[in-house]
Amino acid sequence: MSNDGTSGSDFERFRITFFEECNEILADLEVHLTQLQEEALDNEGLNAVFRAAHSIKAGAGAFGFTDLVNFTHSFEALLDKMRDGEIDQTPQVADLLVRGGDVLAELVSAAQENRSVAPDFGAEVLAQVHDLLGSGQKPKDATAGPGAQQASSISGMGSWTIRLTPNVDLFKNATEPLLLIRELREMGSLKVTCDRSQLPPLRKLDPELAYFSWRFELESECSRENIEEVFEFVDDTCEIVIEQATSSEEEAKSPEAPAKDAPVQPQVSSPEKNVETKESAPAGKKAKAAAASSIRVELGRIDRLVNTVGELVITQAMLAQELADLTADNERQPIAGQEELANLTRELQECVMAIRMQPVKSVFARMPRLVRDLSGKLGKKINLRMSGEHTEVDKTIIEELADPLTHMIRNSIDHGLETPAERVAAGKPEEGTIDLSAAHVGGNIVISISDDGAGINRERVLAIAIDKGIVQPDAHLSDQEIDELIFAPGFSTAEEVTDISGRGVGMDVVRRNIVSLGGRIQVQSQPGYGTRLNMLIPLTLAVLDGMIVAVGNQRYILPITSIVESFRPSPSQMRRLDDWTQVVQIRGEFIRIVRLCDLFNVENATHDPTQGLVVLTEVAGGGKIGITVDELIGQQQIVIKSLNDNFDPVPGISGATILGNGKVALILDIEQLAGMKATVPLPHQDDGPKEVDAPVAIVAAE
Amino acid sequence: MQANMLQAQETNPVVKGSEAAASEIVASPTSCQFISFRLGEDEYAIDIMAVREIKGWTDATPLPNQPPHVLGVLNLRGAIVPILDLRSRFGQGLTEATPMHVVIIVNVGERTFGILVDAVSDILTVEPEEIKSVPDADRAEGEDYLSGIINAGHGMVVVLGLQELFR
Repeated sequence: MSNDGTSGSDFERFRITFFEECNEILADLEVHLTQLQEEALDNEGLNAVFRAAHSIKAGAGAFGFTDLVNFTHSFEALLDKMRDGEIDQTPQVADLLVRGGDVLAELVSAAQENRSVAPDFGAEVLAQVHDLLGSGQKPKDATAGPGAQQASSISGMGSWTIRLTPNVDLFKNATEPLLLIRELREMGSLKVTCDRSQLPPLRKLDPELAYFSWRFELESECSRENIEEVFEFVDDTCEIVIEQATSSEEEAKSPEAPAKDAPVQPQVSSPEKNVETKESAPAGKKAKAAAASSIRVELGRIDRLVNTVGELVITQAMLAQELADLTADNERQPIAGQEELANLTRELQECVMAIRMQPVKSVFARMPRLVRDLSGKLGKKINLRMSGEHTEVDKTIIEELADPLTHMIRNSIDHGLETPAERVAAGKPEEGTIDLSAAHVGGNIVISISDDGAGINRERVLAIAIDKGIVQPDAHLSDQEIDELIFAPGFSTAEEVTDISGRGVGMDVVRRNIVSLGGRIQVQSQPGYGTRLNMLIPLTLAVLDGMIVAVGNQRYILPITSIVESFRPSPSQMRRLDDWTQVVQIRGEFIRIVRLCDLFNVENATHDPTQGLVVLTEVAGGGKIGITVDELIGQQQIVIKSLNDNFDPVPGISGATILGNGKVALILDIEQLAGMKATVPLPHQDDGPKEVDAPVAIVAAE
Repeated sequence: MQANMLQAQETNPVVKGSEAAASEIVASPTSCQFISFRLGEDEYAIDIMAVREIKGWTDATPLPNQPPHVLGVLNLRGAIVPILDLRSRFGQGLTEATPMHVVIIVNVGERTFGILVDAVSDILTVEPEEIKSVPDADRAEGEDYLSGIINAGHGMVVVLGLQELFR
């Protein structure tokens, strides 16, 4: 009940929200700044950048992050000048803005982690911003008024006349003019005249409408921007005219040309300014509309919703089954509404899944800057083309995608693309191209990265792999197999370790990340023409394409993505190496058999693989294992449930799901299965039929 | 609101007195409630606050390579809940579970699991001083799950500490 406690946690919550928002804003900023590097931004784009900076500043001010406020303030001033067309969008300015964005991001993360940055951090950028803003424009404290002494020494006292005419529906936006007046009063001495001429007679008066307008005479050392800031949030709902009534001493001397270096915009330009304000108003409104059409929801709540709807789907399927049995027995009419219920449940499930879906744009947007940075460092010319940024995928997957993508792009730039000279020599355009694309294919998303570089140097890859003991010197590998070696653990082709790539943890980590998402990665390369990496990733982590397999009375799920094929081996294909190891030969490959029935001690299972099936599956490291099962039941999309919420991890099991009949089935973890040691020795081949022999082995083990 | 009502009671001795008299019949503020259940001839009890629900036995999906008392997992409205056989945990062999057997779903710490028992018998409301401590005996390590004994009139009921029982 204690008030302190509540407000403390509230504050912490606001803080978290602020940083969440900051990160979104920064991502947005990045998009616009990237665009700015390529072409001049239109008014709307500039406004968006300005709004981004301003939102950060406003929040930072509220939380007292002074560094952040000061920097954003100058940043914003620069943007404002650009909006006014006083500063052109030259490449230098664009570059400065991009670097400013970097400083901003660093300051935000410093504030978030409560660490302090070096005192001169960002000073260089700041200085350049101030140079651009004009010699007269020294850094001003964002908090105008008493603190703004530096500014005052230049601008001196000024007299401002401000007319504030609100729209009649001002109060609907919960705007309180009194707050604005108070804020103005803090800036200097203020004389307020209220215009009541619009006030209707009492019987016609609507208490919810605003009838007053005001005229302020402000004596202050502040700049026009400071005043505009006060009205920043009401400029959609009010007509604001700001005029400098009498100029300061300096300007009084040269009233004809006051615009040159004065930090404040004098009367002459104010009509233009008004036009500009009106222009920007619709953009502001649009942004507001967009903000209102989405809400922030905790992920936990969505998860709960997803779970509950998943249950509903299963329950509906069970009911439908029972009803179908009933009506079939009694030759009755199908019960009305049953089909609608089925459709509605399915639709509901789709809607719920869609909530978690987000465009991959948020990850893709980070790549242009990576390419830009690296191309500068390595002296390569690169054109990054992106397509399908709007392809949607589950939020959790998006977060997991950033690292692998970054790594792969780095690799393409570092190892794939040649230097301009090499490219010209090879008869290719000087500028290399990297294509980054995303598309939906079935229940998966396919992301591919392709470059038009030199392709994989197979001789070198093979030599290194042999050198590092990844493959035997006498191994015969196909081109495709050699290309796949780049995913082998501990493999790195970079001749020297750079800070860009080549620490030897690159591509195998990428593959592991992708596999842990239930996806696959493939490489295609053509020497001289380039390399293409394809990633196939499920749309969501909550749902998995599974193959239901039967072992004895038990049902297990194998992730479809890791299954290569299944077959019933003939006795001649099977070979026992010792009491614990058995291999199956298929197309010249020897693959280790993992006997699920023994590992899991399943009753009534077929113990002889030649009577059952072997499912060949890929292990993340690149190897394969053959898992013995009795039969394949069928393929099904399953909802993944965690086992570890209520229980300790079970070796060989990655999770569980609920089948259509309401029963739980366990999802097999192939990586773990591959590493599990058998506890039961293999039955002896000479001891007659294996079906008789196997149960004996189990009894012996117990 | 609640605070106000409490204050009103305190300032009004008549109300306070009558409330206290009424509540003595049901439960005093300090009393604890337990759910008691049978396992063969023996009766045990667990804290009622830990119990989430009670349901009949349905077949569980076995988990591989687990101790015998872990019967497997059940689908409890979308949550995967492990089911543990109390009889087997006490070293008295596996229960031949039938639909007449009962699974008590309990929350212990962050986890939810079900314990298989023969039947649920009663809800016991007792004062803390009625819970007698278990006499010292040579108990093996990890056997400190007996947290007390209640004399319930019809016989002794052993109170189990779930946290200690399945950690």
